Amino acid sequence: MKIIATDRKGQLHEIEGRDGWSVMEILRDAGLDIAAECGGACACATCHVYVTAGWFEKLPARSDAEIDMLDMALAVEPNSRLSCQITCGPELDGIEVTIAPE
Amino acid sequence: MTSPIETDVAIIGAGPIGLFAVFELGLLDLKAHLVDILDRPGGQCAELYPEKPIYDIPGLPVCSGQELTDRLMQQIKPFNPQFHFSETASALEKLSDGRWKLSTDCGTEIIAPVLVVAAGGGTFVPKRPPIAGIEAYEGKSVFYAVRKMDAFRGKNILIAGGGDSALDWTINLAPIAAKLTLVHHRDGFRAAQHSVNQMRELAAHGKINFEIASVKALHGENGALRAVTLSSPDKREWEHVCDTFIPFFGLTIKLGPIADFGLNLTENLIAVDTAKFESATSGIFAIGDINTYPGKLKLILSGFHEAALMAQAAFHICRPNEKLRFQYTTSSSSLQKKLGVAG
Repeated sequence: MKIIATDRKGQLHEIEGRDGWSVMEILRDAGLDIAAECGGACACATCHVYVTAGWFEKLPARSDAEIDMLDMALAVEPNSRLSCQITCGPELDGIEVTIAPE
Repeated sequence: MTSPIETDVAIIGAGPIGLFAVFELGLLDLKAHLVDILDRPGGQCAELYPEKPIYDIPGLPVCSGQELTDRLMQQIKPFNPQFHFSETASALEKLSDGRWKLSTDCGTEIIAPVLVVAAGGGTFVPKRPPIAGIEAYEGKSVFYAVRKMDAFRGKNILIAGGGDSALDWTINLAPIAAKLTLVHHRDGFRAAQHSVNQMRELAAHGKINFEIASVKALHGENGALRAVTLSSPDKREWEHVCDTFIPFFGLTIKLGPIADFGLNLTENLIAVDTAKFESATSGIFAIGDINTYPGKLKLILSGFHEAALMAQAAFHICRPNEKLRFQYTTSSSSLQKKLGVAG
């Protein structure tokens, strides 16, 4: 599966995802600038991304923990997600995300 | 200012690696003082994920960040480490006798032949909202903490955020503010329920305003805030008059003053050798997430190993005329005496 990620400079990256991995792990592994300070524990809100319309609706709903943690994220929008909480899978092939500002 | 503290080892960072360093140093009779910006031990384990499970500590199939911290504190108790919490290690100086003097922002000075940087990703600082030009207002009309409540008396305050800090300060500042507005991106909060109830009560009685929106822009001159632009989830925008803005979005990690210690940094990390975990500067060691070397893995267990080897090297600097005898805690009665478990 592919992830189309826009970094903070507006540059587009097409990255190969891995089923079962989180989108955060794939972005970080690809060397994109995403802090992910807590390492994927849904505990810091520093892996905040915007999910492009069309893809956003395909994602499973946010857990209560993610909704809570998004309160600590900056510049939250209706399409905000924590990328450590999005799991790669064939249904998300081509998902478009933009790394939120820090 | 009190007189400088003299000890064997000054440690920056009281996270799991800094704590375990106390143990390894203690077995060699080296005393340590630790400085940490947080008000309690544990570092990221305590601040970011106290309740989250950790599965890769050898011999502990599962334990939370807080439990690991508590266990380490118990393990190092016999060595009586001295903690300087809520202080930032702010300056480092080499003395003429070869020792280091580490100063904190609270005036503490620690003099030691060995400095250990166990600072993880650096220091915890408040998250700064990505609003253009916000820096110009910081300390004048934008604040990330309330130190003296009286400074906010009579102000037209805007608080942003949905956590405990945002709610607590909304409740506490409401009686002394001329006007207070809480702004949050949704009609829900991650704060304690009783605080949320209290805030809603204040809003219902017109003592505060609550807006579901985000701050998009700041307006003012010379650091004096006049108004902000608020934007609702449905993209409606309006100007909101206020003279003080207090955003509460928790903490993030920045390298901080360590960047100015004259250490040879590689992408904000301290390069070390893998025999001693010493930096390019003699007497300064770096262990845990803050260091880098070929094959480095940012794992707590790697940091523990680094602490053990660092301690051996630190001994030779602190006790140049003594011979180091390596012993095991299982079999050495002298080590067991230090641990307070001798039979």
